[in-house]
Amino acid sequence: MERSDFLKHIAWTGAGISWTLTSTGLFGAQSALASENALSFVQISDSHIGFTRPENPDVIGSLQKTIDAINALPVQPAFVVHTGDVTHLSKPAQFDSAKQMLGTLKAPLIVLPGEHDVIGSSDNFFAAFRRTDAPRGWFSWDQGGVHFLSLVNVFNFEIDGKLGTEQLDFIEKDLAAQKRSTPIVVFAHVPLYALFPQWGWTTEDGSRVLAALQRFDAVTVLNGHIHQIIQHTEGNIRFATAASTAYPQPAPGTADKPGPLKVPDDRLLSVLGYRSVEVSGHTATIADHSLQA
Amino acid sequence: MTYMSKISSGLRSTLLAIALATTTAATPPLLPSVATVHIKDFKYNPTPLKIHAGDRVTFVNDDDDAHTVTASDKSFDSAGLDTHDTWQRVFTKPGTYSYFCELHPYMKATIIVLPAAPVK
Repeated sequence: MERSDFLKHIAWTGAGISWTLTSTGLFGAQSALASENALSFVQISDSHIGFTRPENPDVIGSLQKTIDAINALPVQPAFVVHTGDVTHLSKPAQFDSAKQMLGTLKAPLIVLPGEHDVIGSSDNFFAAFRRTDAPRGWFSWDQGGVHFLSLVNVFNFEIDGKLGTEQLDFIEKDLAAQKRSTPIVVFAHVPLYALFPQWGWTTEDGSRVLAALQRFDAVTVLNGHIHQIIQHTEGNIRFATAASTAYPQPAPGTADKPGPLKVPDDRLLSVLGYRSVEVSGHTATIADHSLQA
Repeated sequence: MTYMSKISSGLRSTLLAIALATTTAATPPLLPSVATVHIKDFKYNPTPLKIHAGDRVTFVNDDDDAHTVTASDKSFDSAGLDTHDTWQRVFTKPGTYSYFCELHPYMKATIIVLPAAPVK
């Protein structure tokens, strides 16, 4: 995405949440992560370890650049969340490589699956990244005054919708126990709203989650899946999809189909990257950092 | 001389066979099939495909993105097919089989398996 396009997207910025974009990293990262009494974390997404096509023949290298940049942040984030598609084809060797690399992050790591991580079954994903506090994959926790929900919307793609009744029940019960003033941050791989259903960029049964989130003062929903930064707001809910660490995809409707997008080699790193987020009270500041040096 | 030449030729064949076996280890050689379904531009083609019980079908991913061939009732599943990957299956029972791509569930197609063709 061009910077001018990005700036159009932030025109909707509403009261309570501000968005910032830094194209090259550390200055923005310092300002974004250095405030006191704020919780900061980093989101990375869509690393597709195992991908070998010309759109990025070195996905290991670009993930390594991402990890190096995060480890070099002057203030380490509370955690790094990987919002899915760690691997390209769910193969054990791909999970092994990814786990080894992500294990070198200085900050604690949270990984949720994308549909590329659960091809055929979720066994290989869970063998690599299962948490004892999340036996079914989804979980919630409180940290720094923020309530976090980490969701899985890639199981049973066709049959049960993407979240499924069991998880939806968990979400509603979990959110019902939270105060309206508590800042809520939600992670899931596929966008939870109908971003571009023609390409499957939506969560079929996501409306129940959005309904349960509406009563809160400040909600931030962070996704991956579409390999580009797109922001959107519905009431008090702010959505933001993240860049990939592997390859970009076309903007919605600008091509006949989704899929890997070839950009000139010298531009590739400018469309890959990571995101830092700082939550302070009802303000969430998002900074997207490209890997371009 | 003739004898030596034969040995040498035999050795070459053996080495060639080893080389082929090595390069094709990741993708088993394709068996003869009666039909091929091409996956291109996020579509399976042809669909519906009509075959007879006992027929083998080859699926080829000709697309830029990875796809799967997954039965809606989960009775078969190709696992992930990268660009140029192939997968084969013999359909032994007559019936109508709906399948889709696990990575892009809006990609759907059908195979109709008719009773086995009578032996001529």
